Amino acid sequence: MVKSKKIVCRCEDITEEDIIHAIEEGFTDLESLKRYTGISTGPCQGKSCLMHVIRILGGRLKKSPDEIGITTQRPPVNPVPLYILAGDENES
Amino acid sequence: MKMKADVAVIGGGVTGLSIAYNLAKQGIEKVVVLEKRYLGAGSSGRCAGGIREQFSTEPMIKLARKSLDMYEKLSDELNFNILFRQGGYLFLAFNEDDMSEIREHVRLQNSLGVGSRIVTPEEAREIFPELNTDGMVGGAFNRRDGIAFPFPVVWGYARAGERLGVEIRKFTEVRDIIVENGSVKGVVAGEERIDCDFVVNAAGGWSKKIYEMAGLKSFNTPVKHEILATEPLKPFLEPMIVNISAGLYFNQSMRGEIIGGIGTHSEPSTDVSSSFEFVKKFAREIVRLVPKIRGVKVLRQWAGLYDMTPDAQPVLGETEIEGFIQANGFSGHGFMLAPVVGELIAKLIATGKVDPLIRPFGFNRFRDGIEPEHTVVG
Ligand SMILES: Cc1cc2nc3c(=O)[nH]c(=O)nc-3n(C[C@H](O)[C@H](O)[C@H](O)COP(=O)(O)OP(=O)(O)OC[C@H]3O[C@@H](n4cnc5c(N)ncnc54)[C@H](O)[C@@H]3O)c2cc1C
Repeated sequence: MVKSKKIVCRCEDITEEDIIHAIEEGFTDLESLKRYTGISTGPCQGKSCLMHVIRILGGRLKKSPDEIGITTQRPPVNPVPLYILAGDENES
Repeated sequence: MKMKADVAVIGGGVTGLSIAYNLAKQGIEKVVVLEKRYLGAGSSGRCAGGIREQFSTEPMIKLARKSLDMYEKLSDELNFNILFRQGGYLFLAFNEDDMSEIREHVRLQNSLGVGSRIVTPEEAREIFPELNTDGMVGGAFNRRDGIAFPFPVVWGYARAGERLGVEIRKFTEVRDIIVENGSVKGVVAGEERIDCDFVVNAAGGWSKKIYEMAGLKSFNTPVKHEILATEPLKPFLEPMIVNISAGLYFNQSMRGEIIGGIGTHSEPSTDVSSSFEFVKKFAREIVRLVPKIRGVKVLRQWAGLYDMTPDAQPVLGETEIEGFIQANGFSGHGFMLAPVVGELIAKLIATGKVDPLIRPFGFNRFRDGIEPEHTVVG
């Protein structure tokens, strides 16, 4: 039987199985898990996947989401083009 | 509860983990790494991954060169893909003073066998065609320099060490060092005392506190250094680019993101918050140098610490406290030096021999007189 793949992180195409595999490999804190799998480092920066990952990790470690904690939110909140940051209004 | 180890390594960054792996490889049996957070939580997991042999003093060139040799074989040695790639380092100068420094450094590098060469602005554009050469005086290029992905290096050393019996304790903070009659006797880690003959201070930006725990006053100071990543792009940038006149550097990671930084802070601090001042400064300089990427989006920014010394070169080896070994003060270069530092510090502990490559980096040099490293960036 082919198991259906549950995509957890759509930006980086990471499945629930990938996450469980990483936890079994010993990446059992959220910061390490993020860096090993790449979850929450794509364009959404974790806004759509992080809660799923916390749930999966919590389930495996028998810990509540509060005990798992949250990763440091890195600015900017939404992707910003360089020319705007450079203080230049005209695109081309 | 009391535990006995041969060596306690303070810091689960690339330095501490490389030292621990090399100690086990040299046959030291009880090696314990103590890390207050997760592995790579310090600067190791926050750095740009740059690896180069283009330095400005003879001791640094020799040390960095040996480390680069080791990086070429590191994926095989650790049995872990560290995503190492040799696209070169291209240094650029936008004023005569910086260019004449570059010329001097290349002369010294060449005399020691490094294959770096001076380039004109046109030649720089042959290496990276998207460069805006307005105001550029020239630069230097060394094809052998490169980058690796920091976390796989951290994990690779950790796993290879564990396979050889290294014990790694994460989320365990060292709170004190026990010194009796001028020698190290142990450390207090979490709630536990660990007796040991050697303590290695590989605590990066926190090294100063570790010196203090042993009663030594160090010359190290932590300084915040910020960095950012853009959205991933198709591969278009091979070398690490360093605009030495602006303090700007950037490369393209194997994931396609542009990763780069620019010197923004100089005051001592262990704060690692992100600033808007930094992104603005970085954006201005990179858009000026590479106008084509002006529309590329910044995805995230973060910060880490440079553990600075008065000459911007590391502190390696023994101190007057017997068994208290230093591997810190790496400024912006600790990632690239980790393989050689790991091997030579392990050799020092295992055999008592100070390798000629690390002799110039002794703790006591600051009491004598110093020749600073000039190319601190990237
Ligand atoms: C933005 C940025 C870019 C950089 N770019 C480059 C580059 O391109 N190339 C390069 O070679 N270098 C670069 N560097 C420098 C490089 O990151 C560092 O020199 C290197 O990572 C130092 O590694 P380390 O293991 O010595 O220290 P760290 O990685 O900082 O590790 C020290 C560890 O010690 C732990 N620790 C501290 N105190 C205690 C305690 N009391 N008990 C237990 N654990 C403790 C910390 O949590 C930390 O994990 C850069 C640095 C920054 C910030």
